[in-house]
Amino acid sequence: MTLPVPRQVSRAEWGDRLFVVGGKWLWLGLLGLAVLLPLLAIFWRGFSSEAGQGGGLVAARELLTSANFHWLLGNSLKVSLSVAAIVVPLAYLFAYALQRTLIPGKAVWRGLSLLPLMAPSMLPGIALVYLFGNQGLLRGLLSENIYGFWGIVLGEVIYTFPHALMILLSALSLADARLFDAASSMGASPARAFRSITWPATRQAVFAAFCLVFTLTITDFGVPVVVGGDYQVLALEAYKAVVGQQQFGRGALIGMVLLLPALFSFGVDAWLRRRHGDAMSGRAQVFVPAPSRLRDGCYLAIVLLICALLLLVFGMAVYSSLVKFWPYNLSLSLNHYQFEDTAGGGWLAYRNSLTMALCTALIGSVLIFTGAYLMEKTKGQKGLNLALRMLSFVPMAVPGLVLGLGYVFFFNLNGNPLHVFYGSMALLVVCTIAHYLTTAQMTATTALRQLDAEFEAAALSLKAPLYRHYLRVTVPICLPALLDILRYLFVSAMTTVSAAIFLYSPDTILAAVAVLNMDDAGNVGGAAAMSTLILFTSGSVSLLLAWASRGALRRSQAWRQTAPGQ
Amino acid sequence: MNTALTQPGAPMKVRGIQKRFGAFTALDRVSLDVAAGELVCLLGPSGCGKTTLLRCIAGLERQDSGELYLGERDVSLLPPQARDYGILFQSYALFPNLSVEANIGYGLTGSGRDEVRKRVGQMLELVGLLGSEKKYPGQLSGGQQQRVALARALAPAPSLLLLDEPMSALDARVREHLCTELRQLQRRLGITTLMVTHNQDEAMLMADRIAVMNNGKVEQYATPQEIYDRPATPFVAEFVGQGNWLPFSRNSASHAQVGGMKMRLADDAGIAQSGRLFCRPEAISVNPPVHEENLFPAKVREITFLGNRCRMSFELEQLPGHPLLAELAPEAMPRLGAQDIWVALPPRSLQVFA
Repeated sequence: MTLPVPRQVSRAEWGDRLFVVGGKWLWLGLLGLAVLLPLLAIFWRGFSSEAGQGGGLVAARELLTSANFHWLLGNSLKVSLSVAAIVVPLAYLFAYALQRTLIPGKAVWRGLSLLPLMAPSMLPGIALVYLFGNQGLLRGLLSENIYGFWGIVLGEVIYTFPHALMILLSALSLADARLFDAASSMGASPARAFRSITWPATRQAVFAAFCLVFTLTITDFGVPVVVGGDYQVLALEAYKAVVGQQQFGRGALIGMVLLLPALFSFGVDAWLRRRHGDAMSGRAQVFVPAPSRLRDGCYLAIVLLICALLLLVFGMAVYSSLVKFWPYNLSLSLNHYQFEDTAGGGWLAYRNSLTMALCTALIGSVLIFTGAYLMEKTKGQKGLNLALRMLSFVPMAVPGLVLGLGYVFFFNLNGNPLHVFYGSMALLVVCTIAHYLTTAQMTATTALRQLDAEFEAAALSLKAPLYRHYLRVTVPICLPALLDILRYLFVSAMTTVSAAIFLYSPDTILAAVAVLNMDDAGNVGGAAAMSTLILFTSGSVSLLLAWASRGALRRSQAWRQTAPGQ
Repeated sequence: MNTALTQPGAPMKVRGIQKRFGAFTALDRVSLDVAAGELVCLLGPSGCGKTTLLRCIAGLERQDSGELYLGERDVSLLPPQARDYGILFQSYALFPNLSVEANIGYGLTGSGRDEVRKRVGQMLELVGLLGSEKKYPGQLSGGQQQRVALARALAPAPSLLLLDEPMSALDARVREHLCTELRQLQRRLGITTLMVTHNQDEAMLMADRIAVMNNGKVEQYATPQEIYDRPATPFVAEFVGQGNWLPFSRNSASHAQVGGMKMRLADDAGIAQSGRLFCRPEAISVNPPVHEENLFPAKVREITFLGNRCRMSFELEQLPGHPLLAELAPEAMPRLGAQDIWVALPPRSLQVFA
C-alpha cells in the first residue's frame, strides 16, 4: 500500500542540499574572503609598527596629535558638512516635486538627475575646471578661481546629489492619502499637514541621506584631486600615503578614521529604523496630489534650475572633450579620444573597464540574487543565515577607499596564497562586487519578500527540486529586479575609482583610473574625453537594460495582470 | 504513471508530536490517527497549534520529538519532497508566471510529455476547468484558482492531501458551495485528507472526524455530531456552537441543585460533584404544550430575529442575574409582550463539567 521512494526524489534531495547548504557555505566563504578579512587586515596594519610604514600605536598618537592632521580633518569635516547641508535640502525639494506635485516631464527630470551616477566623481571636477578654472568659460563670474574649498564643495554636491535623491524619493513615495484627508477635514493648512504628516514620515530618510552624503564626501578623493588645489583633505592624504609614499600603516590609520563617520551613521540609522517600526499599513490608500498651479509652478522652477545646472556641468565636460585646444583653439575634433598617443592607459583602460563591469554585473547579480534567495527562502541553518545577513550588511558601512586599502593589506600580504590575485582582473571584480553588495542585495531581498511565502513549500510538496523552482519560477518573476541589480552593478563598476585605485596593475588599469592619471599628468582634455566615454557607456547600458526590463514586463503582462474585481 | 485518478489513500498516524518555539509550546505531545480515505479537520482558535501540526506533517517544520507515519512508512525525519502528500495553501501559492497547465504539471517530472498532458487534462476535468489550460492564475477568479491549486496538489497522485484554511480567501457566498464540492471530490477519490480551519461551519460540513485543538493539545477527536452533542471539555463546548452555563452542586446521582432549582440529570451526564451544567440553546423548549421534566418559570429579556430562527435571552426566576439563551423557530416564540414564560431544560441535554 505504500510506494517505495523513487530514486529520483533522493537525487533531487541531494541536489537541493548541495544548492542550499553548499550555496550558503560558499557565499559565507566568499563574504569572509572579500569583506571580513580585508577589513581585519586594516586594523592589523594600522596597529602593527613596522619600520617605514607609518603604522603602530606610537605613529597613531603622533598622527592624531599632529597639526597637519588636524588641518586635514578640519578641512574634511568642513567640506563634508557643507556638502550635506546643501545637497539634502535640494534633493528633498527635488524629490518632493517628483513625488508630491503634478509637474510635467517627471521621467525626464528623474533621468537627468541620475546623470552624476553614470560618471566617475572626477567628471564634475573636470567640468568645474573648464567652467571656473583659471581659463574657464565663466571665470569672470567668480572673484577667485575655483580651486579649493568651493571647488570641492560644488563638485561633491553634484556627485552626491543623486545618492541623496534616491533615498528621499523612496521615502516620499510612501504616503497614505487617508492621513491627508483626515488632516484637511480637521482644518489643517498644507504647511501644518506637512509638519505633522510628511515630515515625521520622512525625517529619518533625511537623516540617512545626510549621513550618506557626509560619508561619500569625506571618503571621496576624485573631486579633491581635480579641483582641490592646495586645499587638502583626509581621503586624498590616505590615497597619497599608500599610492605615493608606500606608507601602508599611515594609510590604514587614516582609513580607520574615515571608517568612523560611516560606522557611526550606520549604527544610528539602524537604531532609528528599529524605533521607527510603523512604516505603512497594508490598507494605506495611494496619495494623489491635488492640482495647484502656484505650487507646481514653484517646484517646476526649482527642478528646472537644478536640471539646467546638471546639464551645464555635464554638457561642459562633453564639450571640453571635443575642443581641440582649450581655450585657444575652440574648433571641435576627436583629438582627445586618440588615447593611443597619451599615457594613462588609453583604450586598454576602457576595454578593461568594460570587461570588469560586465563580469561584475553578471557574476555579481547571479551571486547576490542567489545568496539573497537562499537567505530569504530556505529554513534551517539559522546560525549560518544570521552570519550571512550580518556580513552582507558590512559593505554598506565601509567606504570604497577603506575597502580598497583593506584589499591592499590583505592580498598584498607576502604569506597569503591569494597573493597571486593581487593586481588581477579577478580581484578587481571581487572587490567591486563586495563594495556594492549591500544595495544590490537589498533590491533582491525586497523583490523576494513580495513573493508568496508558500511558493517553496508548494514546490517541495510537488517533489520539485528547489534549484529548479528557483530557475523556473523565482527568477522569471523577479526578472525586473534582477535587471535592476545588473544595471546598478555595471554602472557602479564603470565609474568606481575609490577601491580600484589601489588594486590595478598596468595590465588591468581601468578607465576611471585613467581619468585620474591623465588629469594628474595635466592632460585634462584626455581626462574629459575618457569621462565622457564612461558617461555614455553607462548611460547607454542603463537605457538598454531599462528597455529590456520594459520588454520583459510587456511579455509577462499576461500573467502580471490580475483578473478584474480582485 | 498512475492512470487511475489517485492511488488509494493511506492511513496516517501522528505519535506524540512536540514542538516548541522558544518558551512557547506550539504542540504538546499530540497524537492523532487518520484512517485511509477519511477527511479530518483540525479545528481551533488561532495559536492553538493546528497550522503547526499541519506544517510538521508536511515536513515544513521539524518537530522536536514524536513520530509521523504515512501508511507503513515512518516519515518523521524525511524532507517534504520524500513524504508523498499534496497540499493546498490558504494563498493557493500558484506560480503566477506559469500557465494553469504548467502549474498542474509542475510536479509531474519524469513522465513523458504526452503523459503529462493527459494527466493535466484529467485533473482539469476533475475540477471542472477544462479549457483553461493556457490561462494564467491571475486571469482566474478566486474559486477557480483554488481548483487549479487542488488539481496541482492531486496531479502526482499523492496518498495524503493537506488543506490549509482552504476557504479563507474566498467570499462567504461561494464558500459553502466549494466546501460541498471539495468534500464530494474527496469522497470520490477516497484520498486521506487533513484540513486545518478555524471555521466550525466548514469543519461540520466537511469532516468525517474533527480534532478540536487548544493550547497545543487535542481536546477532543470525534465525529462532528459527537463533538456538538457531547463535548468532552468546557473548551470544546464553548468553541463549537453556543451554550449556556449554569453553576450547580450535586444533590444525588440523578439531581443537581441550580440556584433554587432541583434539576434532573440523565444517567450519563457526568460524575462531577459541583461545577457547571452545560446546555445548548436549541435544546431548551419554551412553554411546552405537554408537561416536561425540569420545567421552570423564567422572564424574557430580549428577542432577536435571525431569519430562519429567533434567539431569546431570558433569566430563570430562581437564578436571577444569570442571562441564558434559547434558540427557537420563529413560530414557536412566545407572543410579543408575554414576559413570563415557562422553559424546559430536558435532562438529556444537560451535561456536567467540573
